[in-house]
Amino acid sequence: MLGGEQQGARPRSGTDRTAVQVTEKTPIADGVVTLTLTAPDGARLPDWTPGAHVDLILDNGLTRQYSLCGDRWDAHTYRVGVLLEPASRGGSSYVHEQLQPGHVVGLGGPRNNFPLVPAESYLFVAGGIGITPMLPMIRQADLLGADWRLLYGGRTRGSMAFLDELEVHGDQVHGDQVQVRPQDEFGLLDLPGFLGAPRPGTPVYACGPGPLLTAMEAACAQWPSRALRTERFVAAEQGAPVRTAPFEVELRRSGRTVTVPPDVSVLEAVAAAGVEVLSSCRQGTCGTCETDVLAGVPDHRDSLLDDDERAANDCMYPCVSRSCSDRLVLDL
Amino acid sequence: MTLAPGRSTDLPISDADPFSHEVLEDPLPFQRALRDAGPVVYLSRYGAHAVGRYEDVRDVAVDWQHHESSAGVGVANLRVEDPWRPPSVLLEADPPRHDAPRRVLSAVLGPRALRRLRDRWAADAERLVDEVLARGTAFDAVPTVAQAFPLRVFPDAVGLGPDGREHLLPYGDHNFNTFGPPNDLVAKGAPRVAELSDWVMAQCAREALSEGGFGAAIWAAADRGEVTAAQAPLMVRSLLTAGVDTTVHGLSAVLYALATHPDEWARLRSQPTLARVAFDEAVRWESPVQLFFRTTTTAVRVGGAELPAGQKVLMAFGAANRDPRHWADPDRFDLRRDPSGHVGFGMGLHQCVGQHVARLEAESVLTALARRVRTIEIDGPTRRHHNNTLRGWESIPVRVTPA
Repeated sequence: MLGGEQQGARPRSGTDRTAVQVTEKTPIADGVVTLTLTAPDGARLPDWTPGAHVDLILDNGLTRQYSLCGDRWDAHTYRVGVLLEPASRGGSSYVHEQLQPGHVVGLGGPRNNFPLVPAESYLFVAGGIGITPMLPMIRQADLLGADWRLLYGGRTRGSMAFLDELEVHGDQVHGDQVQVRPQDEFGLLDLPGFLGAPRPGTPVYACGPGPLLTAMEAACAQWPSRALRTERFVAAEQGAPVRTAPFEVELRRSGRTVTVPPDVSVLEAVAAAGVEVLSSCRQGTCGTCETDVLAGVPDHRDSLLDDDERAANDCMYPCVSRSCSDRLVLDL
Repeated sequence: MTLAPGRSTDLPISDADPFSHEVLEDPLPFQRALRDAGPVVYLSRYGAHAVGRYEDVRDVAVDWQHHESSAGVGVANLRVEDPWRPPSVLLEADPPRHDAPRRVLSAVLGPRALRRLRDRWAADAERLVDEVLARGTAFDAVPTVAQAFPLRVFPDAVGLGPDGREHLLPYGDHNFNTFGPPNDLVAKGAPRVAELSDWVMAQCAREALSEGGFGAAIWAAADRGEVTAAQAPLMVRSLLTAGVDTTVHGLSAVLYALATHPDEWARLRSQPTLARVAFDEAVRWESPVQLFFRTTTTAVRVGGAELPAGQKVLMAFGAANRDPRHWADPDRFDLRRDPSGHVGFGMGLHQCVGQHVARLEAESVLTALARRVRTIEIDGPTRRHHNNTLRGWESIPVRVTPA
């Protein structure tokens, strides 16, 4: 819980909306831990919806995306599940081996590229750690009174996280609403058998390793277009590593340059230089402070831009977003 | 406002009526009394609680988990009273049902989506200002600018046809009156409700909306399955309900503020990029949307007091935006101030989804005016417009000297 040693934690101001503190780390399956995250000052965390993920910016300089799998009716806590990837390039092994309760990590988002669209029935297919976004989706489907079924595959039963939370939907209660199919017991997932005949108006959500999603695309070939909605878990490399050192921001129209230290937002630094940028939510959700980027690579921490818009590097939200490059040039 | 000590609770009790014509004419004394009475005040007349200090208003606004909107955002509790129209899928909805319509509308009205309108609206504003000045240098800023500009650009941006646009203002005005008690202001609008509602709903149909507009974009999202075909027309209705009167009153607010603060007008003219700050400062100063209600979903602490479940809570945005506990010299309209963080657009997941549209409209108008007008001053008695939710002007006679 709170109050652990701050080893490895970067200095952060109390109201920093781009950092979260690890308050619990719990092994829940073979190779899977959950992290419970809170704001360092105990404030509300930004709102999110099922399917959303956050970026965690780890102290080893890596940024990793994790689906939120907690309860959004608890505004003060995020929960993520992290699988130790055998071929980890440093993200999951850092989380498993180094990260401890009390540590503070950088936060980006939440963003949602995998939103639950309104429907009266849903099919969910999860492979391994791909179960994480499905947990809040399932809860939401229940809240909406929608019909749903889940097919959940994994290597072995012991490697499959959250079985206890899914048990309430298990065979006795909801018939075959949740089908748990570890590969060593059942073999490959029977996707056609689970999906059945195409049903217009029933979105199919799938999350898991690449081969599963490729198989889902084939299995859903006869379904209406857009019926299949997937999220691929790929450890996308940032264009440039996130920096923890100060950077310079040039305000082209004002002819000023300011240095932004790690514990100050770009918005604050710019205001201190006497250049007014209107803002509102100050957590990267409302979009009021949108600022054009003329040069440099922003470190996007907002909840607004999609991947293509981020890659365009032409605008940023300085209330939360920072810089990957030594220097940013803004149209201010 | 007279205060009596609470009986069953320790909360201050007030019999003030925030919807009386006296308060609607000048809400500042009510706002001050509300803030000074305590963090939470019980309004005996309405059986509701009210918060007026910045921190408490903001806390209630963002805490959708404990303060729901589905029970109505006005005085009436829609759990026990019938709404006058099918509830909004945005304003009067909570997660999870609120998620999809909000997500879609946030994108349709987001700053990036509005970029394509920037040049067109700037040109429209220049044209409007030219037309106004060509008619003379003394005019009523409310109909000729504050109403004329939104009515010129917004219905086009939504994709409405040319006929019947005169229904928009009375429909919106009545809608915002209905969040108050059933007083004379609601009665005034009642005779036309059926006619206006029918016209508005007819405009929300897919066939009524031209290609390329906000309305068509909403229907395109329905085609992609992101919202339902039942939600789409109600989302268009939200644009038509909440997108006109609010902006009109916001523009009136900034025009009145600038006409009564010549130094600030001069500052804006010398630095036209202050247009956005000027508008948000006016939204803070005037709070065109004065208040909304929430309803507690469970027993919850507000401003240090424990409120039971099912209680109506009035968020007094206008009071919060002038709370000296948060703002230095709050009654002063000042372009050197950073108005960021005001709650004039609300805060949290129900924060005005059209705020970027309003800002772009205001920026267009103010930029054009600043270029063409050297001085602007009040020229005759101004008249307030009374509405149960909105604070605005009926008439702001001004005299200008062209630049």
